[in-house]
Amino acid sequence: MSQLLFFTLSAMTILSALVVVFTRKPMYSVLSLIVCFFTIAGHYILLNAQFLAITHIIVYAGAIMVLFLFTVMLLNLNADSDVPKSGKLRIAATITAGMLFVTLLASIKSTTLGDFAFPPASDKGLVQHVGQRLFTDYLLPFEISSILFLSAMIGAVVLAKKEKH
Amino acid sequence: MTFLGLLIPLLPLMGFLVNGLLGKYLPKGSTGWIGSLSVLASFICVLMIFKDLGAAQAIQIDVFNWISFGNIDISFGLWIDSLTMVMLMVVTGVGFLIHLYSIGYMHGDEGYTRFFTYLNLFIFFMLLLVMGSNYLMMFIGWEGVGLCSYLLIGFWFKNEAYNDAAQKAFVMNRIGDLGFLLGMFFILFHFGTLDIQAVEGLATGLTANSTLLIGITLLLFVGAIGKSAQLPLYTWLPDAMAGPTPVSALIHAATMVTAGIYMIVRSNVLFAMAPTTMTVILWIGVATSVFAAVIGLKQNDIKKVLAYSTVSQLGLMFAALGLGAFSSGVFHLVTHAFFKALLFLGAGSVIHALHGEQDIRNMGGLKKLIPVTYLTFILAALAISGFPLLSGFFSKDEILAHAFEQNKLVWIILFISSLLTAFYMFRLVFLTFFNNFRGTEETKHHIHESPWTMTLPLIILCVLSVVGGLIGLPAVFDVSHLLGTYLTSVTEPSASLIHHGEMLSHSLEIGLMTLAGLAAIGMILYARWKYITLKAMPEADSAITGIPKLIYHKFYVDEIYESWIVKPVFKMSEWFGTFFDKQVVDRVVNATAGVMDSGGKTLRLFQNGNTGFYVFAMVIGMVVLFIIRLLI
Amino acid sequence: MEQAAHLVPLNWYLFLSTFLFCIGVMGVLFRRNAIIILMCIELMLNSVNLLLVAFSAYSGNSDGQVFVFFIMVVAAAEVAVGLALLISIYRNIGSTDIDVLNKLKW
Repeated sequence: MSQLLFFTLSAMTILSALVVVFTRKPMYSVLSLIVCFFTIAGHYILLNAQFLAITHIIVYAGAIMVLFLFTVMLLNLNADSDVPKSGKLRIAATITAGMLFVTLLASIKSTTLGDFAFPPASDKGLVQHVGQRLFTDYLLPFEISSILFLSAMIGAVVLAKKEKH
Repeated sequence: MTFLGLLIPLLPLMGFLVNGLLGKYLPKGSTGWIGSLSVLASFICVLMIFKDLGAAQAIQIDVFNWISFGNIDISFGLWIDSLTMVMLMVVTGVGFLIHLYSIGYMHGDEGYTRFFTYLNLFIFFMLLLVMGSNYLMMFIGWEGVGLCSYLLIGFWFKNEAYNDAAQKAFVMNRIGDLGFLLGMFFILFHFGTLDIQAVEGLATGLTANSTLLIGITLLLFVGAIGKSAQLPLYTWLPDAMAGPTPVSALIHAATMVTAGIYMIVRSNVLFAMAPTTMTVILWIGVATSVFAAVIGLKQNDIKKVLAYSTVSQLGLMFAALGLGAFSSGVFHLVTHAFFKALLFLGAGSVIHALHGEQDIRNMGGLKKLIPVTYLTFILAALAISGFPLLSGFFSKDEILAHAFEQNKLVWIILFISSLLTAFYMFRLVFLTFFNNFRGTEETKHHIHESPWTMTLPLIILCVLSVVGGLIGLPAVFDVSHLLGTYLTSVTEPSASLIHHGEMLSHSLEIGLMTLAGLAAIGMILYARWKYITLKAMPEADSAITGIPKLIYHKFYVDEIYESWIVKPVFKMSEWFGTFFDKQVVDRVVNATAGVMDSGGKTLRLFQNGNTGFYVFAMVIGMVVLFIIRLLI
Repeated sequence: MEQAAHLVPLNWYLFLSTFLFCIGVMGVLFRRNAIIILMCIELMLNSVNLLLVAFSAYSGNSDGQVFVFFIMVVAAAEVAVGLALLISIYRNIGSTDIDVLNKLKW
């Protein structure tokens, strides 16, 4: 059952990821990326990481992808504005990515994983548990990340603001 | 005591800083007193330590750990023992008198403040030199006094010839310093320490006269040759007379030039372990002594005569060291500091009175006009000539006695040298102070005795020159040799290493003393007969011929150096400058730059501004890294 | 669910995320539109996140999930700034094509 779910989700993930890369219309890319993120959220649930699954949907689908969508619409991008790379470059890109995949696979093959044979207690991914870690051991990084957000926000506002002439 | 010990070098340093930094804002004339009093204060500190410090005691002051790496520790340390005490008293005592004298002598000079600044700095470095507890500290002082000597020889830097003299002194000293430096490296390499006491201790464990010891001591001696103006590096000292006369008295007679003697006595164990070096020192000292005395016979510049006399006396001291008579060398160093400083100051007083005239052919008859100078000068001349019972008589006689014990040939040469000394000193005295004045009436009218700041040091030094011999009365007078006893703790470790000849019997010693005294008196009378009775005059420059001409031109040593060393070096430099530099060095450099340039021009094309290309490069780089990781 | 989790071997997640990562890399190499490239970078980040969560779940340690949380934080900030930059660039040169942005060279 879970294997079936895994394969279904994986197939959807890969398919939507490929669409992101290969479709010529930016809007389709954005939409299929959203699908891809939802399937990844499905994987999280499959791994019993409910807190992250929810956060993932809120942050990625809710915030980031909306931002992408807005930008695409704001800039009025469509298939006409997109000039594909030349054929040679595309072949080169495919080969290079393929080479990376092969070498990564080879690296994985040559690495012995530790002992992960038995899945642990299932409550590790629950809100309670992650929250506890976050507000005890990782409190300082958590607070600092708010400063990062603040600076990113100010940076974005300053950058995107219309310049005065 | 530690505090007092620190104050000794610090006080002149403070004087230097105050005069050097604030001199402009201080009332005119006060700077000289600041300089002098700082040295006087230092002298008082020395006396206070002397009062409390026993002859066999020593103070070690480690100011801080200066250099520390590996298992080498060099501290910024001072060391005060009996030898240091003697040197300290000479440096600060005579130094103070010369400072005082300079107040009068340099009065009205535009560089008055600068002069005292340099002088104080010199005293500071000289004190470091004699107080340093390790060779590196000594070397700082060694270099520092060299620097001050350079600054003070070229004090009147508007005169091109004076600047040349200063540079000559500096370069000549540098040759010696290189020897010292190399010697120091060898010591550090083989003993692992530069601390003088430690090195002395370690040296006794080595085989006597081993190549290592001979090498080290010879290198150190090269340093001493340069600093103390021995053959063949003596030529800078007569030229150094370009500086103001107090400088000649302080640096080039009493203190700095004796640094070489001090250094050898300080490392006496090291030297005593290398008899070969001792022989070299002996013969260089002997040769210098007689060589410089011969040149002194024919010089007409009052300061040049004194300069060659200094070289000759230093040679005598080195001969004493070469004989292993370390305390005798120090004894003569002390008495020499008294009477030679006095002679220079007297000469300065004469020059001062004659408004810069230095040629003795234009002097004469000054005896009545400047009586204090005359009286002190003649006593100093008697002392240096070895007139019985004056200081120089005892110190010189002690060295001659040691020479007689060990090597009759050395004794004969040194005896001749001291006869020559008596002659040329009194040639100087008679030509300067007796007969009639040979200058212009105009000059004669202005001749006047110097102010008290100048005559007081003369009188004090005169007293010291006369009675200074009391610190080293020979055994025949049935008293102990005060200085020799005082220095026992320093010279004792080497005493057993030196081969001494048979002790002279008292009657023989008295005989020798009488002989030396009578010979000195004889030479003085001969000079009197020649220059007063016969009224002989040194010829004009052009009239000198034959061997006297050779002597007058100082055996053409400067000219030989010029044509054999200086010119070839210049030629070589020129060849390097015009050919080697342009054809070889430039080409290599330009070719290297050309390769880099064209390489850079090619490589920069990779930075083509295309982001896509960069990403490609990055991914390919990652792939390559993964592959490397997989393969290894 | 618990029972299901360990029917899927950890290796499968490894392969899946490697493949996702390579798709992301390929996208970056393949496309000229800066927005799409940014999206591909998000894809790569997510593949790493997935792997971290998988390892975390399989080793029974929630540290990995906390890291993922922080990666999300950084990714959000990065996207915000990146898109602001893109808008600014678009406003200046009227394009989001990275090949046009080649002024910065030798």
